[in-house]
Amino acid sequence: MQRGPLRRLSFVDLYLWGVRISVLAVVLWGSFGTFQADCPSALTLCDFKSKYAADVWLDFIVFGLSQGSVYALIALGYTMVYGILRMINFAHGEIFMSGAYTAYYVAAALGRSGFLNRNPLVSLAVVLVVGMAISTAIALILERVAYRPLRRAPRLVPLISAIGASFFLQYTFRGFFGSGFQAYPEWQIFKGEWAIGGVGILRTQAVVITASVLLMMALYIFVMRTKTGTAMRAVSEDLEVAALMGINVDRVIVVTFGIGAAAAGAAGVLYALVFKQVHFFMGFNPGIKAFTAAVLGGIGNIPGAMVGGLFLGLFESVGPILFLEGLRVPGIYPTGIPAPYQLKDVIAFTMLVMVLIFRPSGILGERLATKKA
Amino acid sequence: MKTGRPTWTKTLVGGLIWGGGAVFVSLVGMVEAFSARQIILGVISLGHLLLLLIGVGSGFQAARRGSEGTRAALGRGLLAGAAAGAVPAAFIVLGIAVNLRGMFVSASPVLFDFLSFGRGSGGVPIVIATSAAAGLAGAAATLLPPGVRAPLVNGVAMTLVVGLFQELLQILLQQGTVQTAMREFIFTPDGLPPRGAAIVFLLTAGVTALWRARRAAVGGWVLRRSAPQQRLLRLMALALALGAVLLLPVVGGLFISQVLVLVGLYALMGLGLNLEVGFAGLLDLGFVAFFAIGAYTVGLLTSTGEHGLVHWSFWAAVPVALVVSLISGVLFGLPILRIRGDYLAIATLGFGEIIRLLALSDALRPWFGGSQGVLFIPKPTIGSFEFSGPMQIYYLTLISGALIAFVAARLRDSRLGRAWMALREDEDVAEAMGINLVNVKLLAYGIGGAFAGMGGAIFAVLLGSIFPHSFNLLISINVLALIIVGGMGSLPGVVVGSLFLIGLPELLREFSDFRFLLYGAALIIMMQLRPEGLWPSAAVRRELRKEEAPAAITAEPVAAERGAEA
Repeated sequence: MQRGPLRRLSFVDLYLWGVRISVLAVVLWGSFGTFQADCPSALTLCDFKSKYAADVWLDFIVFGLSQGSVYALIALGYTMVYGILRMINFAHGEIFMSGAYTAYYVAAALGRSGFLNRNPLVSLAVVLVVGMAISTAIALILERVAYRPLRRAPRLVPLISAIGASFFLQYTFRGFFGSGFQAYPEWQIFKGEWAIGGVGILRTQAVVITASVLLMMALYIFVMRTKTGTAMRAVSEDLEVAALMGINVDRVIVVTFGIGAAAAGAAGVLYALVFKQVHFFMGFNPGIKAFTAAVLGGIGNIPGAMVGGLFLGLFESVGPILFLEGLRVPGIYPTGIPAPYQLKDVIAFTMLVMVLIFRPSGILGERLATKKA
Repeated sequence: MKTGRPTWTKTLVGGLIWGGGAVFVSLVGMVEAFSARQIILGVISLGHLLLLLIGVGSGFQAARRGSEGTRAALGRGLLAGAAAGAVPAAFIVLGIAVNLRGMFVSASPVLFDFLSFGRGSGGVPIVIATSAAAGLAGAAATLLPPGVRAPLVNGVAMTLVVGLFQELLQILLQQGTVQTAMREFIFTPDGLPPRGAAIVFLLTAGVTALWRARRAAVGGWVLRRSAPQQRLLRLMALALALGAVLLLPVVGGLFISQVLVLVGLYALMGLGLNLEVGFAGLLDLGFVAFFAIGAYTVGLLTSTGEHGLVHWSFWAAVPVALVVSLISGVLFGLPILRIRGDYLAIATLGFGEIIRLLALSDALRPWFGGSQGVLFIPKPTIGSFEFSGPMQIYYLTLISGALIAFVAARLRDSRLGRAWMALREDEDVAEAMGINLVNVKLLAYGIGGAFAGMGGAIFAVLLGSIFPHSFNLLISINVLALIIVGGMGSLPGVVVGSLFLIGLPELLREFSDFRFLLYGAALIIMMQLRPEGLWPSAAVRRELRKEEAPAAITAEPVAAERGAEA
């Protein structure tokens, strides 16, 4: 579309620019206000001083990174499936939930027998493997039953099927395991903090970050170095040509679903380590956020999903304090927004919508917005 | 698709899958929840019926796939049914030996007692035999000539429906001597006794058989009338239907009216979403936001509580609510104009959640009441008549529903409607044809939003208070499910979908626990078997059915993949 820089500026563009500028203004004004903690009024300039000490900020950052690495792991599944099928696996959040929820029963059994704290690392590995296996199994069934028959259908059809699958899985787990929260057992050795480089970091968060980074590295190597990984990349480049080259497309799609689901299952267990409970609806929010992360990093792009996840986790954890707590609006919010942490999901969803509107190709993605999206 | 007979192993595997389904419905808690509802008093409960239907289904499918001689078909049905029974039988043995309850909340002794007909592990042969018999019956149903099958199937179906809804029917037949006599003839106060079931079955089967024999004659008689007479007949049928609709709350009472109002509200939302998804092809998962906006506008404008702004009457607030939700539809549509397909769905989902979270937050509590919501919303009044309860609000819903359905129908057939359909088919081509995408899309969001806003306005006065928790994503999913089940782009489909998906679970309380499970399954199954919905619009049906025909030509890559698999 050829457009002169100003001549064809429509009211839609103006509106979009208005949205951009107002969001930017809120962010800047809020961050500015946060560092003006001692100021009596919003409109006077004071010394640069934050309400929180540096180590509190660091805590937020580490929490954001651990959250973000979980999002990144889930986002991998979205990104890989989208890369190959151009389809949003709306039920991916439920795949994440199913692994975590089922692994809970293993973890609880290990906890009751005392094995959990005698061999903490072995039992963590066992729980992770169970979560990954269950998630993979469910994803493969899902692919076979709900997605494969619709591969050639109009675009809305598989998406609606995926939405149906998402609710089906949620309420299946609700029927199986009940509608309450289940408390994950605690690993004694992961309690407390580790001092890393003179800074105290919560052990669970360190474990989560390490485990997810290791998993992501393994996955990246798998996709880049193995024959199957090469086939996956070829199929995501062009499904039909890849089929002509003798690649078994069905098998590649199954492998992709499986790997994405395994990552999501592991992410589910790690998420449960941080939040210490599981619930049948727990997959919804992380699912949407991981999708945001995938889009943020450029959908179809594996390193992009990792970067996007970390970025989103960081934003969501630091954002409410940085942008909102100090957002003083004279006359309405003289001391900033009350209870800003309630709005952390609003920040994530606003980011989602903004990315979809303004840069659907993501940070690292190529320009595929209109062609493939 | 598949030609050639399936092997017997495949029949066995098919049966085992059906059996897995039986275990699934047991574990998910359906069987136990349904076991309380007797379909035919003392003979069969809904729980057993469900399991029996699984057996019948396995046999039916096995025999249909085979398409061979009578004896082989029956054999397949028997095998599949037995296999379908073997899985729950194994489950019973396992469940009695091992305590599964630590994991599966439904795997209680009550469940196993129910599954095994109260005989524990000793019930295993009975379970397998019953299921095999059901499979045999299913297979036999495929072999009957249509003249016999239709009355039989209709009779059984009608008996089951009457048994299922016996409470409702008994309420409907409470007044009047004729009705009471009918009720006492068929029902007992506890339900449908075997005698009543037999009567219903024979009656339905007889009527079906008669209808099949006389259908051509009746149709011919109608066609031989002159045109004005035909019009008169049609008018009479219409007047009859209208009278029934108007009298429903009076006859049905409070509970029925409540259900009908809910059905109506969802139908209102469905009409709005249908305009976006069905006509214009813009999948919107944040649709509940407009419903919320309509409800909050009316709430804030009329409430006599602390959040009320101006204490207007309902009638003054409704136009404002419509305009506000229309404008918010446009404002909501503006930024996402250039997003397409799947991304659009997710972006709208984000929007819907943002609205809900904002209404819920403490930051906006001074205006919207936070999680406490807006209370004390007065009921609408005309003169001294007050729309005080569901029975009165039903008429409000009915009138606004009729108005909105009329507007939607006129819009569909207008230039704008055709532009929407063009947009749905192909955005780029539509733009090339000179359709102003911006206006057309914004109108879809705006008008769709206004429809939902109307629903929200009625919702606010129905409950008398609004809470942000009422506006979660599940409402959007409900609405989406109902227009898909009814048929995307079809106006009667919205009503049908709303009756099925909203009315049924309300009437059968056992179902409402499993509502979203069933919706999910319905969406998956519908997308594969009947993507056009129960009552499709003509255009969608043509399109979807056409795509099936050339599938044979484009199937080469599929064939290649199949070959690679083998």
